[in-house]
Amino acid sequence: MIRLLLIAVAVALLAIAPFHFYSVTLMTIMCFVIFACSFNLLLGYSGLLCFGHAMFFGGAAYVTGYILKSTPISIELAILAGGVFSGLLGLLIGLLTIRRQGIQFAMITLAFSQFLYFIFLQSSFTGGEDGMQAIPRNALFGLFDVSQNLTYYYVVLAFTLVSVFVYYRVVHSPYGEILKAVRDNQPRVESLGFDPERIKLLAFVISAAMAGVAGGMKATVYQFATLTDASWPISAEVILMTLLGGLGTLLGPIFGAGIIIWLNDYLAGFGEWALISQGVILLIVIVFFRRGFVGELSALATYIANRRKPDPKAAASNPAGAQ
Amino acid sequence: MASMEAAVPAGAVASAIDQDYALVGEGLTKVFGGFAAVKDVNLAVRRGSIHALIGPNGAGKTTCFNLLTKTLSPTKGRILLNGVDISRLRTAEVARRGLVRSFQISAIFPNLTVLENVRVALQASYGTGYHFWRSLRAVAPLNRRAEELLEQVGIVESRGTTAAELSYGKKRALEIATTLALEPEVMLLDEPTAGMGHEDVEPITELIRKVAVGRTVLLVEHNLSVVSNLCDRITVLQHGEVLAEGTYEQVSNDERVVEAYMGGVDE
Repeated sequence: MIRLLLIAVAVALLAIAPFHFYSVTLMTIMCFVIFACSFNLLLGYSGLLCFGHAMFFGGAAYVTGYILKSTPISIELAILAGGVFSGLLGLLIGLLTIRRQGIQFAMITLAFSQFLYFIFLQSSFTGGEDGMQAIPRNALFGLFDVSQNLTYYYVVLAFTLVSVFVYYRVVHSPYGEILKAVRDNQPRVESLGFDPERIKLLAFVISAAMAGVAGGMKATVYQFATLTDASWPISAEVILMTLLGGLGTLLGPIFGAGIIIWLNDYLAGFGEWALISQGVILLIVIVFFRRGFVGELSALATYIANRRKPDPKAAASNPAGAQ
Repeated sequence: MASMEAAVPAGAVASAIDQDYALVGEGLTKVFGGFAAVKDVNLAVRRGSIHALIGPNGAGKTTCFNLLTKTLSPTKGRILLNGVDISRLRTAEVARRGLVRSFQISAIFPNLTVLENVRVALQASYGTGYHFWRSLRAVAPLNRRAEELLEQVGIVESRGTTAAELSYGKKRALEIATTLALEPEVMLLDEPTAGMGHEDVEPITELIRKVAVGRTVLLVEHNLSVVSNLCDRITVLQHGEVLAEGTYEQVSNDERVVEAYMGGVDE
């Protein structure tokens, strides 16, 4: 009940937010919220460190942009098409990489991402270094004009809420339970009769598709798609967001994305100092707050709750089967 | 070369006695870079029995065990489960056919709750493993069975605890409950009492006895008192070869076994 109430309050706040904050910043945050959630699904819940997630983000931005520029297809379908494109790309790359683990997986995904970056750089349809400019916001469902940022904010909000729900659903699904088991102990899952590689591949495809929706959405917010979106610093930024917010926590990437984008925006005037402060923050988080923002908060909540109750561990420390 | 010829008659014998033996290893050989860790081992586990694999350190017990559980592939020889050759099948496929292993280190999922640990195993046959669009209500019907299994191993009161927080003995019990969830016909246990304090060994031994009813169990074990009052049959390995086989009385009176355990090797 309390949870539903909190969600209702959060949605209400988000609905009135653009009247108090710059709507483009808010929309950017939401794009990165989806992107960071997709990344957390991989690293936090499957234990896969993909160091090339920008290829799904940036690739979909071009696909969505291209569709909107060259066809009258409505905007929501164009964004979904970006998600489908990245999902298929994820399937292809996942089939080639999913057997690798740890640092090998990170390096191979980085290599694929760099490979795609150079394809985007050389192709004519992407506009190369100039980027793909003047992407129109075709009417929503072919009916509603969304060219105003304030109106479009609510479309972005709807996409974000649905995406976060999908992410929540995957994590808390029968499949999510197996996925977390693979993360915790892959050989054991295999010994129980599952195919851990197929389980991880599915997570990779879902994550890639979500990253695609985020990238496609960002192209419609700024109305242009650039090489930056497909470059490795974006892959690094999403890792930073997830770690800062709290790896493997449901809400962590949401806060992480919010904090980083807000900081970038706030510190933009200081030039180089924005990057330096980002580095310092990451260092502080890694050294002192290893569970991230949300992770530390929930650990604190558990600690307080345990102090109020008498210690239940006294009863739990008896040896197995001893009755 | 000699071992290859020896494998042939052993095969003929084994196929004639398929009915009585749940798990058979024929002429198993595993070579690691020129070193034969296991040489021409023949092992037959009688259906419904508890069979132990013992031997001094470096005798090849773990290699032999890993061959039978399909964690390693044999260089030579084959493995039969109920008369069917499983030598070339993958671990997951073998598990679906009823041969399930445990691990020396507690093979649990530390960040899942105790109930979720067991439910993961139950999902294997329930077929919801890829259902990412459904809520956890879809697997709620499995909770009762999971609780029954936890009850059976005596840790049902910890169902909501995160598995990482369990004591060592309870982790082993949880692992056994998870293995039982697959209704395995043959259970392979890798040193079930390894690293345990005295107070935990007895309950786990009892637990194995309890869950072995109606199943075939093969275990690798260091603790000879566990072996003596639990196992129907014992195979002793030394230098990668079978040294002796029989009941505890037969094996413990065998001079070669006494020699292997007492002479030189500090076991």
